[in-house]
Amino acid sequence: MDIVNLGKPDREFTRRVEKESGQTVSKCYQCGNCTAGCPMGFAYDFQVNRIMRMVQAGQKDLVLSSKAVWYCATCESCTVRCPNNIDVATVMDVCRHMARREKKIGVWGVRAFTASFLETVKRFGRSWEMGAMGGFMAFALKPFTDLDLVPKVLPKNKLPLVPHTIKARKEVADIFKRYNEGKRNGK
Amino acid sequence: MANNSLAYYPGCSGQGTSKEYDMSTRAVCHALDVKLQDIEDWSCCGSTPAHTVDHGLSTALSARNFVQAEEQGLADVTTPCPSCLKNLKVALHRLKDKNVGPEAERILGRSLTQEHSVRSILQVIYEDIGLKKIAAKVVQPLTGLKVVPYYGCLMTRPHDLMEFDDEENPVSMDKIMEAAGATILPFPLKVECCGASMGIPRNDAVTRLTGRLLGVAASLGAEAIVVACPLCQMNLDLRQSQVNRYNKTNYKIPVFYFTQLLGLAFGIQDTHLGFDKLVVDPKPVLSKLMANKSVLPGTFDNAEVAA
Repeated sequence: MDIVNLGKPDREFTRRVEKESGQTVSKCYQCGNCTAGCPMGFAYDFQVNRIMRMVQAGQKDLVLSSKAVWYCATCESCTVRCPNNIDVATVMDVCRHMARREKKIGVWGVRAFTASFLETVKRFGRSWEMGAMGGFMAFALKPFTDLDLVPKVLPKNKLPLVPHTIKARKEVADIFKRYNEGKRNGK
Repeated sequence: MANNSLAYYPGCSGQGTSKEYDMSTRAVCHALDVKLQDIEDWSCCGSTPAHTVDHGLSTALSARNFVQAEEQGLADVTTPCPSCLKNLKVALHRLKDKNVGPEAERILGRSLTQEHSVRSILQVIYEDIGLKKIAAKVVQPLTGLKVVPYYGCLMTRPHDLMEFDDEENPVSMDKIMEAAGATILPFPLKVECCGASMGIPRNDAVTRLTGRLLGVAASLGAEAIVVACPLCQMNLDLRQSQVNRYNKTNYKIPVFYFTQLLGLAFGIQDTHLGFDKLVVDPKPVLSKLMANKSVLPGTFDNAEVAA
C-alpha cells in the first residue's frame, strides 16, 4: 500500500461532499468493512476506506484524481455493510460528480462508455446498445471491443440495428438541455 | 372507474439484449392475472451512466416516466429490471430531497402531482400472487432441475430504499423456483456483483467477478443459474465464453430469467418464453427436464410447497 502525504486539509471539500451526499463522513471509524466487500477494489488505486479517510481529511486533490471513484460499480456492498450506516456508494458517486466538475480526466474508458450511452438517450429517448457500443469504440479508441461476441449475439436476433426512438424525444433532449444550462450557470 | 392495472416499465434492454425477459414477464403476468399497462412513450431512466454524472439529471430522466404514468391515470409502477427499479425508486426519494429535488424539477420542467410506488416484477409476483397461487398454477414442475438463484447487487439493497426481501440473503426467487418444483442449491454469492457495465471499459472486471459466480455455481453442481437482472444475465450468459477464455475454464451453464422457468412450469408455450434468445444453449438441460416429464404429474404436492 502506497503511503500518501496529506496536504493541507480543504474543509470546504469535506463539507461539500457531506452536503451533496447527505452523509456524515465523520462517522467513519475505519473498520474496513467497505473495502472487504468491494468487488472492484482490485482495480482501485486507493481502497474505499482510504477514500473515506481522505474525504474526512479534506484531501480534495487526492480523492478527485483517484481512479477508485471511476471504477466504483455502485453495487452498494459498502453502503449495506457500513456499521455506521453511511451510504458510502453515494459518497463515491458524489466524488465522481465533483471530479467531473473539476475537469479531472478520470478513467477515460469509463467516461467514454458513460458519454456514449447518454448520447443515445439524448438522441432517441431510449438507450440503444449498438449505438452506445459504437460510441464507446470511437471515444475510447478501442474499435475491437467485444467483437468476439458479435457472432454469438447476432443470430439471437435481439440486438436492434436501429434505435427505438420515442415520439416525445424532444422532451428528453430538453431534459439534457436544461441540465447543461444549469451546469453552465454553475448551479 | 379506478384503473387497477400496474404501470409497466419494460426498460430499454427489454427491447434488446433482454427481449426474452420482457416476453416471459408478460406471459407469466398474463397467466397469473397481473394486469400490466405499458407506460406510453416511456423513456430511459438513465441507468448507471446518468446517476454517475449528476443526481438531478438522473432523477429528471427517471421522473419523466411517472409524468407519463400520471397521464394514463396510473400510480403504481412495476419493472422487471433492477437497475430501472432502483433509478425509479431513487428518483421518488430525490424529488423530495431539499438539495436535489428542486434542481431535478427544474431539469424535468415540471413536478409530479401524485404519490407513486415502484416495485419489481419479482416483488409483485412474490407478494401479490404468493407461493400458494404460483404452485397451484404449475402444470409441469421443474422436478430434478438443480438451480442457483442469483439476485445481483441491486434488487434488494440497500434495504431502506428497496424495501423488499433481505439485502444479504434474499429468498424470494428461491421460493418461487421451489414452488415451480426446482431444486434450489444454497448459493453464497446471491448478491455479489457480476461486474455490471464495467464489462465494456474494463473486461477483466467481468471475467473476474462473473468468473467467480460461475465457478461457485459449477462447484455446487448447478445445472442452471436463475436471474432477475438483464445485466447480470448478459454477463453470465453472453460473456460466459469470455470468462472461459480468460480463466481457462469450460463452463456451459445456461442462465435463465426466473420468468422463463416459471413460464415453463406453467406450461406456457416456448414461443412466449424466448429460450432461443439465450446464448449458452439451454437445450441439454431442458430436454433432460422434459425426459422426466412423463413420471411427474401427480407427484407434485402443492400444499407442501406453499407451506
